[in-house]
Amino acid sequence: MSPHRYLIKGATMPDGRICDLLIVAGLIQTISAKIEDTDAIVIKANGSVILPGLVDLHTHLRQPGREDAETVLSGSRAGAKGGFTALSAMANTSPVADNAGVVEQVFRLGQQAGLVDVFPIGAVTQGLEGVVLAEIGAMADSLARVRVFSDDGNCVFDPLVMRRGLEYIKKFDGVIAQHAQEPRLTVGSQMNEGEVSAILGLKGWPAIAEEAIIARDVLLVDHVKSRLHICHVTTAGGVEIIRWAKARGINVTAEVTPHHLLLTDDFARSYDPVFKVNPPLRTEKDVMALREGLCDGTIDIVATDHAPHSSESKECEWHEASFGMLALETALSIVQKTMIDSHLMNWTQVANCLSTAPARIAGYGDHGQPLQVGSIANITIVDPHASWSVDRDLSASKSRNTPFHGFELPGVVTYTFFKGVPTLFAGALVENDVS
Amino acid sequence: MRHLLSISDLTKVQALSILDTATELARVSDGAVKKLPTLRGRTIVNLFVEDSTRTRISFEAAAKRLSADVINFSAKGSSLSKGESLKDTALTLQAMGADAVVIRHGASGAPQRLADSDWMRGSVINAGDGTHEHPSQALLDAFTIRKHCVKGGNDLVGVRVAIVGDILHSRVARSNVLLLNLLGASVTLVAPPTLLPVGVESWPVKISYDLDKVIGSVDVVMMLRVQQERMNDLFFPNAREYSRYFGLNADRLRLMSHNSIVMHPGPMNRGLEIAAEVADSARSVIVEQVANGVSVRMAILYVLLAGGPLEAGVK
Amino acid sequence: MSIALSAPDISRALKRISHEILEANTSSDQIVLLGIPTRGAHLALRIAANMSSLAGHTIPVGMLDITMHRDDLRMRPPRPIMPTSIPDSGIQGRDLVLIDDVLFSGRTIRAGLDALGEIGRPHTVQLAVLIDRGHRELPIRADFVGKNLPTSIAQSVKVHLNEVDGIDEVLIEES
Ligand SMILES: [Zn+2]
Repeated sequence: MSPHRYLIKGATMPDGRICDLLIVAGLIQTISAKIEDTDAIVIKANGSVILPGLVDLHTHLRQPGREDAETVLSGSRAGAKGGFTALSAMANTSPVADNAGVVEQVFRLGQQAGLVDVFPIGAVTQGLEGVVLAEIGAMADSLARVRVFSDDGNCVFDPLVMRRGLEYIKKFDGVIAQHAQEPRLTVGSQMNEGEVSAILGLKGWPAIAEEAIIARDVLLVDHVKSRLHICHVTTAGGVEIIRWAKARGINVTAEVTPHHLLLTDDFARSYDPVFKVNPPLRTEKDVMALREGLCDGTIDIVATDHAPHSSESKECEWHEASFGMLALETALSIVQKTMIDSHLMNWTQVANCLSTAPARIAGYGDHGQPLQVGSIANITIVDPHASWSVDRDLSASKSRNTPFHGFELPGVVTYTFFKGVPTLFAGALVENDVS
Repeated sequence: MRHLLSISDLTKVQALSILDTATELARVSDGAVKKLPTLRGRTIVNLFVEDSTRTRISFEAAAKRLSADVINFSAKGSSLSKGESLKDTALTLQAMGADAVVIRHGASGAPQRLADSDWMRGSVINAGDGTHEHPSQALLDAFTIRKHCVKGGNDLVGVRVAIVGDILHSRVARSNVLLLNLLGASVTLVAPPTLLPVGVESWPVKISYDLDKVIGSVDVVMMLRVQQERMNDLFFPNAREYSRYFGLNADRLRLMSHNSIVMHPGPMNRGLEIAAEVADSARSVIVEQVANGVSVRMAILYVLLAGGPLEAGVK
Repeated sequence: MSIALSAPDISRALKRISHEILEANTSSDQIVLLGIPTRGAHLALRIAANMSSLAGHTIPVGMLDITMHRDDLRMRPPRPIMPTSIPDSGIQGRDLVLIDDVLFSGRTIRAGLDALGEIGRPHTVQLAVLIDRGHRELPIRADFVGKNLPTSIAQSVKVHLNEVDGIDEVLIEES
């Protein structure tokens, strides 16, 4: 049997067709109702759904700087386990990815790991400080060919800086991914401002702090005719504004995280900082609006905002704890739970919002290709009928801060193919040496 | 009951039983009896990560009158101020064999973190956490109110209480709202809109921005301390204006109804939220609150610690 | 389960104890009764009423909660504290009679003596109980006993009084 020939038997395509699919030398060679190939390694996928390899537009890989929490390699492993074939490494590392050197380093580390494509995101401003533009052109021209820029973790707050950034990236059809957070309205904020924060005595984080920036930036991007992506939308009001902007033809895309599709600020009642995240968990009403927005296309994609943190950053008081949650390994299950099992979406829509659309927004041409003959074999197979119990200690990430520990989730990712080679095989990670 | 983290942990029966126990124990505090053997051999740690001499002393007196061994662990000069984590501190306290930890902490929820973690096994008593709760203060306030305002009956049904001042940042207000409501009192919060939390609409209280409209029709006026650090944070124009609208001065004292009382959890800013002549007036029960604090904290320690081992997992 | 004492038995026993206390103490105006809650306190009230009519003047009576002095607190869930009320006469220099329903290990009485020590210093302390069921664990005995009831350690003795239980009776239960 050849290690470069894989025959997937009986898988359900996103559109519901049941097919066999033959992968040869990194490409999808044949799709047909019945394929026989004695040379290929056969994978029985009856009852499983086959998806284009998942693409994450929002990943914190922590390298360089916080290798105790995650590395490009450990994050790649978590990605492969979660069904991802492409990750986008956020710029808030130490040093910050605001120059060609850092983005090329991260890009190379991704290549060396060889489990997924790691596409670095460049900072919009030097040091994420929101004052001076980073070397955007140099990052775009670097080996890493950066197209997505973000100060994520910080908001590009100064409207003039945001305007200049949006204008500047038009040169190479880039996009700015904005972390929408009005800083003055969120000084010291700890959680969603509302009934729960009032009871818990934790400083509130008003929805308006997010919505005000979204509103400003859709107007700005319309004015300068550039391209804007809104990171992790969390509020019903934010969805409304984006819906309005899209109706006006404004060039804006938006993402929602899996956790904001499922969890509410009620989880903060435990004061367990594993539920502390930026932007914060919101209310039931917001969760429902986000699901609806994802469903009707107002929100284009699901992005994980995978944010690993060392245990000492979470085993402490809520105030002291860092913001962020693990997400790569649970993302698809959460999307199945919130969108498929609730009959809001079908698998074609899931394939779009977790693969095709993020690849298109970021310009990752090798990813998000349709499952058809000739496409690069970036493929994820999920068994939607199986369920699993999340155990943080079994995570492939170096960190343990999953909010879903102990949750019973539907959908088990069984196989991930990265450029025709399995990185996850029958549920087990495969350490590749892709060359 | 293993911990006292929030008033919401208490049923009405449990709250009343603490108050009734405190009533009996008050004899110990003010009578000839100074010490009971009840908690002999028990170790209680006062973990005061945030300074509060008065609360610490009150818990210490309560513990000592029940013959417990008391260890004071204050933030100043301790490893905690040098960045030791709450977890490491808890592990240390566990190693020392603490049966209970009385914790005062600047971070909301820190006591619950201690209680929910497996870092230590003892009881956790919240002695004030951030802007969350201060349950022992609410219990001593209810005890004081019951003594002055309730004829017959053991709950607070029919008692009208106004809580005045910085509700947004007040753990005393949060615990009092819960407890007064649990015991049947009706509560009105009086504050400038800037000092009321978003979400207060869901609390079982009435809201007023006008102290003068409320003051004549309540039995209890509970004044809250204005924290110095709020002064420059845009909550009100300046101290003078705050005092003019929300301070309890002699003129407002005259508007109060017959038999009504003035309370303050201390420490007071005389001349800001409360005028000196009000604090020292016959209506003021502020000094008595301090004395009642010891009895109520003895009752809390008794209820949490005197009993035998609980089944595992019972809160 | 068997009935050890009926209502008339209890009434007779209390009358006899009342007589005996008065006989044992030469100056009846020095006597103070303190019942141990819950049922001991009710017995004390009944005995005080008997004694008052026999002596022709009011015998002071109160109750003494011993909960905070128990040495077995940690062996069971926390129990509520009962009220303590000391008669206006006080106990200083008096002939004090502690009254309880059942004398068993003696630990309750030991706690009672500790509790007394914090209130004052009586001239004498005597003990009256409705039932002495034996099995003492401490060197304590009763001065006045309504009925000695030999029991096995496995049995339990239940005193029911009208004021609390709606009926006067003493039962022995096998457990
Ligand atoms: Zn972000």
